[in-house]
Amino acid sequence: MDLQYFFELTLSGLTRGSIYALIAIGYTMVYGIIELINFAHGEVYMIGAFTGLIVAGILGTMGFPLPAILVLAALVAMLYCAGYGYTIEKIAYKPLRQAGRLSPLISAIGMSLFLQNYVILVQTSDFVPFPSLIPEFAFLEPIAHIFGSSDFLIVVVSAVLMAGLTVFIKYTKIGKAMRATAQNRKMALLLGVDADRIISVTFIIGSALAAVGGVLIASHVGMVNFAIGFIAGIKAFTAAVLGGIGSLPGAMLGGLFLGLAESFGAGYISSDYEDVFAFSLLVIFLIFRPSGIMGKAKVEKV
Amino acid sequence: MLELRRVCTFYGNIQALHEVSLTIHKGEIVTLIGANGAGKTTTLMSICGVVPPRQGEILFEGRPIHILPPDRVVALGISQVPEGRLIFPEMTVLENLELGAFLRSDTAGIQEDLDYVLTLFPILAERRRQLGGTLSGGEQQMLAISRALMARPRLLLLDEPSLGLAPIVIQQIFAIIQRVNKAGTTVFLVEQNAHQALKIAHRGYVMENGRITLEDSAHALLANDEVRRAYLGM
Repeated sequence: MDLQYFFELTLSGLTRGSIYALIAIGYTMVYGIIELINFAHGEVYMIGAFTGLIVAGILGTMGFPLPAILVLAALVAMLYCAGYGYTIEKIAYKPLRQAGRLSPLISAIGMSLFLQNYVILVQTSDFVPFPSLIPEFAFLEPIAHIFGSSDFLIVVVSAVLMAGLTVFIKYTKIGKAMRATAQNRKMALLLGVDADRIISVTFIIGSALAAVGGVLIASHVGMVNFAIGFIAGIKAFTAAVLGGIGSLPGAMLGGLFLGLAESFGAGYISSDYEDVFAFSLLVIFLIFRPSGIMGKAKVEKV
Repeated sequence: MLELRRVCTFYGNIQALHEVSLTIHKGEIVTLIGANGAGKTTTLMSICGVVPPRQGEILFEGRPIHILPPDRVVALGISQVPEGRLIFPEMTVLENLELGAFLRSDTAGIQEDLDYVLTLFPILAERRRQLGGTLSGGEQQMLAISRALMARPRLLLLDEPSLGLAPIVIQQIFAIIQRVNKAGTTVFLVEQNAHQALKIAHRGYVMENGRITLEDSAHALLANDEVRRAYLGM
């Protein structure tokens, strides 16, 4: 067994998994609060990448240094996508709040298609090159061929954001209100928690995290097009289900788990079947453990 | 303090409350008794703005509240201990209590009220780091009442606080309700356990099929033949 190859696959799995986890958080939080799969979430990630591209282009011509471009591009993408998340909820889901479960789901798919086609109109359907915004870290030089600066940054930034989110959810007043709303919406309402506000905050946070993921991945891969949100979204959704949909630590674990599984599957079996591994896992989980790694089987108490 | 004037509430096309009128004066314990499905819970949900009435008015200290969303009603000083307690199971006792004070920002006052409810129910102080879902039924009821008190309400609404509890725990809970009332909180108590409720209440209303059918002092209701037959099993 080649140990270096194993480490290489582990590291690339971690990189990939971090991004899945970042996007999966948006799926799982929204599901936790309003039991909706927000299929337009992947598109928010894609729009985050394009926003980063545009901001980087503008700042680049103005002669900003690379690290500043990266930070500003990510921040602007976060803000812009937060606005998208907020607006998507208001337009596509809020009017359907009382309409049962199927209608908002269809509305989500519609919103996803709308956003993809909108980006095709304004950005064409071709792959657009994305500048490499991530500076080379000198200390990574010895292992740069298996774990480069962009891998490193993706893992670190994701970890920091997820730790920050965990603290936010656990200790802040609004974080507690979010958990309360997820556990019992009616009771939260009776305590004076404004459900609409909590739902908006949920969409804003999820979208901002997806935007960071979009900018980092686009810079890592070096190109973007309108369709990157679809596959990333489906993968992240898979990660959220593997972890236990509705569970925040579940989404993080599920993301890493999926990333590693894909990386090992591609490395040891065949890279042609990368997506097959992800979705086989999904099927296996849905059959044998539908509540996911962290999820609890729902017990209906009367 | 609270006045319902000919309140009609619907679920879809089904009318649950028919011109319900009732009054609660400051400092009172008023009880609403009636069988399962009579509309008692709906009455509370109408007051809180969760299921707003389609017709009629609800006045709290003279101002109409039937047009307000639930968070505004809570902010005015009305808290509810709902049927089934609705504890947040995955949150600690302390977090449940903190959420009771969600709309408040007076840190000192919140701490004061936290100390107060923990002296009312010392068992909650012992279990403060435990998850709400791990508490017994009686402890959950104590937590639900404490959580409602954390909003420092002027009017406390209680929905079936005795439901599913052992007689000795019921005694304890009702003693606390009286104590809270004596400390200045007005109480509106909805109960199927008519005997217990009428024993601590000042006045009572009887509800049948969404209508108020009787209204009297608790004393008189306890002696009323009809009430004795229908609700006290005598």
